[in-house]
Amino acid sequence: MHIVVCIKQVPDSAQIRVHPVTNTIMRQGVPTIINPYDLFSLEEALRLRDKFGGEVTVLTMGPPMAADSLRKALTIGADRAVLLTDRFFAGSDTLATSFALAQAIRKIGEEFGAPDIVFAGKQTIDGDTAQVGPGVAKRLDLLQLTYVSAISGLDLEDKSITIERRSEGGVQILKTRLPCLVTMLEGSNVVRRGRIEDALRAARADVVAWNAKDAGIEDVTKCGLRGSPTVVKRVFAPPPRAEKAAQIDLAVHKTPNDMAEAMIEAMFAHSPSLEGDMTKLAAGF
Amino acid sequence: MIDEKFDAIVIGAGHAGNAAAYTMASRGMKVLQLERGEYPGSKNVQGGILYADMLEKIIPDFREEAPLERHLIEQRFWFMTDRSHTGMHYRSDDFNEDRPNRYTIIRSQFDRWFARQAQAKGAVLLSETTAVELIQDAYGKAVGVRTDRTGGVLHADVVVLAEGVNGLLGARAGLRETPKPAHVALAVKEMHFLPPEVIEARFNLKGNEGAVIEAAGTISQGMAGMGFIYTNKESISVGIGCLVSDFAENKTSPSELLDAFKKHPSVAPLIEGSEVKEYAAHLIPEGGYKAVPQTFGDGWVICGDAAGLNNAVHREGSNLAMTSGRLAGEAIFQIKSRREKMNAENLSLYRKYLDDSFVMKDLRKHKDMPALLHTQAQNLFLTYPQLVSRAMENFVRVDGTPKIEKEKDTFRAVRKARGFGVIGDAVRLALAWR
Amino acid sequence: MSEQKPAAGGRASMKKELPEKFREYKHVWVFIEMERGVVHPVSFELLGEGRKLADKLGVELAGVVLGSGSEDVKHAARESFAYGADLVYLVEHPTLADYRNEPYSKALTDLVNAHKPEILLLGATTLSRDLAGSVATTLLTGLTADCTELNVDDDKSLAATRPTFGGSLLCTIYTLNYRPQMATVRPRVMRMPERIEGRAGRIVPFAPDLDEANIITKILRFLPDRESRKSNLAFADVVVAGGMGLQNAENFQLVRNLAATLGAEFGCSRPMVQKGWVSADRQIGQTGKTIRPKLYIAAGISGAIQHRVGVEGADLIVAINTDKNAPIFDFAHIGITTDAIRFLPALTEAFRQRLSPHSKDRLAG
Ligand SMILES: Cc1cc2nc3c(=O)[nH]c(=O)nc-3n(C[C@H](O)[C@H](O)[C@H](O)COP(=O)(O)OP(=O)(O)OC[C@H]3O[C@@H](n4cnc5c(N)ncnc54)[C@H](O)[C@@H]3O)c2cc1C
Ligand SMILES: Cc1cc2nc3c(=O)[nH]c(=O)nc-3n(C[C@H](O)[C@H](O)[C@H](O)COP(=O)(O)OP(=O)(O)OC[C@H]3O[C@@H](n4cnc5c(N)ncnc54)[C@H](O)[C@@H]3O)c2cc1C
Ligand SMILES: Nc1ncnc2c1ncn2[C@@H]1O[C@H](COP(=O)(O)O)[C@@H](O)[C@H]1O
Repeated sequence: MHIVVCIKQVPDSAQIRVHPVTNTIMRQGVPTIINPYDLFSLEEALRLRDKFGGEVTVLTMGPPMAADSLRKALTIGADRAVLLTDRFFAGSDTLATSFALAQAIRKIGEEFGAPDIVFAGKQTIDGDTAQVGPGVAKRLDLLQLTYVSAISGLDLEDKSITIERRSEGGVQILKTRLPCLVTMLEGSNVVRRGRIEDALRAARADVVAWNAKDAGIEDVTKCGLRGSPTVVKRVFAPPPRAEKAAQIDLAVHKTPNDMAEAMIEAMFAHSPSLEGDMTKLAAGF
Repeated sequence: MIDEKFDAIVIGAGHAGNAAAYTMASRGMKVLQLERGEYPGSKNVQGGILYADMLEKIIPDFREEAPLERHLIEQRFWFMTDRSHTGMHYRSDDFNEDRPNRYTIIRSQFDRWFARQAQAKGAVLLSETTAVELIQDAYGKAVGVRTDRTGGVLHADVVVLAEGVNGLLGARAGLRETPKPAHVALAVKEMHFLPPEVIEARFNLKGNEGAVIEAAGTISQGMAGMGFIYTNKESISVGIGCLVSDFAENKTSPSELLDAFKKHPSVAPLIEGSEVKEYAAHLIPEGGYKAVPQTFGDGWVICGDAAGLNNAVHREGSNLAMTSGRLAGEAIFQIKSRREKMNAENLSLYRKYLDDSFVMKDLRKHKDMPALLHTQAQNLFLTYPQLVSRAMENFVRVDGTPKIEKEKDTFRAVRKARGFGVIGDAVRLALAWR
Repeated sequence: MSEQKPAAGGRASMKKELPEKFREYKHVWVFIEMERGVVHPVSFELLGEGRKLADKLGVELAGVVLGSGSEDVKHAARESFAYGADLVYLVEHPTLADYRNEPYSKALTDLVNAHKPEILLLGATTLSRDLAGSVATTLLTGLTADCTELNVDDDKSLAATRPTFGGSLLCTIYTLNYRPQMATVRPRVMRMPERIEGRAGRIVPFAPDLDEANIITKILRFLPDRESRKSNLAFADVVVAGGMGLQNAENFQLVRNLAATLGAEFGCSRPMVQKGWVSADRQIGQTGKTIRPKLYIAAGISGAIQHRVGVEGADLIVAINTDKNAPIFDFAHIGITTDAIRFLPALTEAFRQRLSPHSKDRLAG
């Protein structure tokens, strides 16, 4: 069995900095990580490989330094890594990203065997759209299984897969055919650390680097900015409210009790209907 | 089970480990390097000043690629009281030379780069891999390490312990002691981000020029310790450290000291409006020469902070670490090329190299400094700064008091505080520093 | 939007003429999401927003209802009118009984191609996110996820604003030269519009080209969530939340206490969840719940953009923070610069007295 896992290198967003003057992202020195959601998909892929045999190929599209994330995926236990990198890909939106990834997956299929399952993360923490997975599925004409909380059955003879899928109000149990695309729900498994053998192998492994041409992409107008129907026109800091919060005057109200009373007065003065509503609520109506 | 054997395993990818790995790998040795952090430098802390000379000896053209922040053209020493500082500045345009002598660096970026250079030379680096046990054979010779990953033991002819100040591996194997509270300082540091233009305006810099402030005085509340402010490209590192034993005795914490330091009227305007994005705490070995453990044995050597090679007086550590790593690498390579055993007798070559270098010479020279700073802390860090400040204020303030009165006040204050002990202290300090 | 950088003036201003084939794309559509016969409230919120867009553009607002031929579908259509739709496209087929990607994305794509809307809005739910990605890719058009604000600008294109890059920034995204312009919006981000009982509209039926025999994915079972599992955070009238300013899990009890006294729901900022101090379904913000209470009290929360977008719909925001410069004071209505750990117990007690049965009698009398 061959499984492809799409992972993305993202800035460790808790640490992102914004330039106070130009409002641009200051990426310098911001550490990068594998998109945390992708790790659940990677782990699930490794479990299936361990159980059914076969290989796991990790794929990312990004700048050359994204190779670090691929190597980390190898350390965790993936068998092969492909980096899709080319200046033509710069500025891709989700549509252009899914195009490039789909092409690369086709090429991976030609080179290393057609994948039975493609995994993507539920969403990224930087783009945060959850669109690339479904996009890749559509472009490759794969059946699509998103928000999967468990893979409960896989039959390679029969080419069938049974999964549990989180929906708004419950869990759907779906059965469909391979090949398919799966995005895993966070928390559905615990990612492994990788054995010392994997770490050694990863440290020495080659990361296959493909440019657009290598990936079999002839029409580069479908990539990057040119292939992106959406355009970011404006980036801005959220405007403050016209006036800042009215502050309770601590020179007047000194003890916590005083402050609390003043606060409640201020609330009810701001929204006169609140007192009635809250009285009912507090009484349990 | 891994049956592969390496020429050397290096524990740690800090300055010492990277220097050792680079030195050996570039000479064609088969080197495995283990780093417990997510990537080299992810857990490492330094002010941090990098001394170019010692790195040049390892990678001569490092300036072309290494992630350097600013080259230093100005050094300030501040003697602080709660409301004042008396300062000495040294600034010279000569430091704007082609090959500047000192740089500020950010460890998370620098260590990663340095480790990559070793990898480019063929060293194999495993990150997020902690060495948990030194494996010794029946005769006590180190033959490899066990890691926290599942799988077997990694074997090598020699293990280079460059694991930093905590050095659990060496301590566990009984090769060295865990650092005593009186021999390590605990330093805390914050990175304050500001636009480069603002930093340049506040410190009177342009382009890649940088400045450093070292501060001592009442900020350490009578304990032996120093504060520092270093300029990076887009941030200012602010930190302070004191001996761990002092913190315990004085029931105060480094973060309290740092808070007070940041609020000091001389410091606050420098960092005003900044965004704090990183807080780190780290130990610094300050035992000096007398606390250096055995540095070599059968199948092992110790370098850098793990061996206590740190010159607290001059706040140098990175250069000693790099140099000791390089010397360990060179000694091991010598032994290997002679096809000799990595036993204690042969590895004593490393110690000889160390003794012949500035590393041991400097440490030996300052060997009495740690004790002196400790016993005289009250005077050096509380009394004297206040006396100096009083003298300066008397000197500078023009308020109609006759000059002669002011002078008398200054001397009276000195005599009352310390009598003629001041002179003795000065002499002792000078002797230890010399 | 995976790796989208703000385009330099160049491309953003490079707006070409809309290609001929897209000129006839007109009207605003809202996908009416149904699960097990129940319309997701986000659909009504979107109708409210879609109404505004349609009025500005001078076009019609349509609801799109997909389902199997049952009373539920008719009901969904009637509700759509009540919340502002001028017409409803009704797509009925047995294969559409429960959500599956294959038949839904085919039906919706065919409908778009047949009736050509200029704007198509969907909820950012597990169902609609699954659907929107497929449909947009098939149509090769742009899709902007998790918008917090929708508008039409002077040249009548959709300006979709969303938080970006996990930083403290928002960005406005356009879909140039393609139609429809698609966007998803998370539940509770938009205000629920007023329901007008008996408001009528046209029903336009659409017969999808579907056949169960061609649909590969089968639903074996559906296990509905037990109601009790869910917190009512998103729909509560009063919400009290705590953040890292509370410093540890124990102090979070102060928030629970105040909430209990008020009969309110409690919530928290993301780091509290990451620390494991509070369960994930209590997180408020971009990656948690969006709330629209009458009163929101935030204790020890800095007010980062990701938190802000989740609470901005509150009628009254009250912030307790020790830092007078905390960003939360930029969008709170009432603030107090003090230690929440000391203040919360006092506030709880003061409320207890103020809202006691005694004062209720007074109110009733
Ligand atoms: C606040 C502060 C400011 C400083 N400022 C300066 C300055 O301005 N200039 C200067 O020259 N020096 C400065 N120093 C000192 C300098 O940082 C150290 O001397 C230097 O980092 C020592 O290098 P090292 O390689 O020995 O140890 P480290 O840099 O600590 O590296 C040790 C490495 O080993 C890894 N490791 C540890 N145990 C294991 C294990 N079991 N398995 C695998 N990996 C392991 C660690 O993760 C780490 O990467 C400062 C120190 C501090 C704390
Ligand atoms: C992709 C992404 C998605 C995210 N999604 C969300 C989300 O959905 N929801 C969310 O909340 N966050 C989210 N975040 C995180 C968000 O950026 C902030 O990090 C987070 O909201 C900060 O939480 P906080 O305000 O509790 O903590 P902090 O930022 O640490 O702020 C603590 C505040 O408490 C104050 N304080 C300290 N002590 C006291 C005291 N004793 N009394 C009163 N005040 C005190 C401080 O002044 C400070 O303002 C997201 C981030 C990313 C990158
Ligand atoms: N540049 C990329 N390279 C590889 N995979 C990606 C990339 N961008 C997105 N993905 C995949 O698509 C998923 C959803 O991304 P997003 O739509 O950006 O939220 C991610 O979790 C990844 O698995």
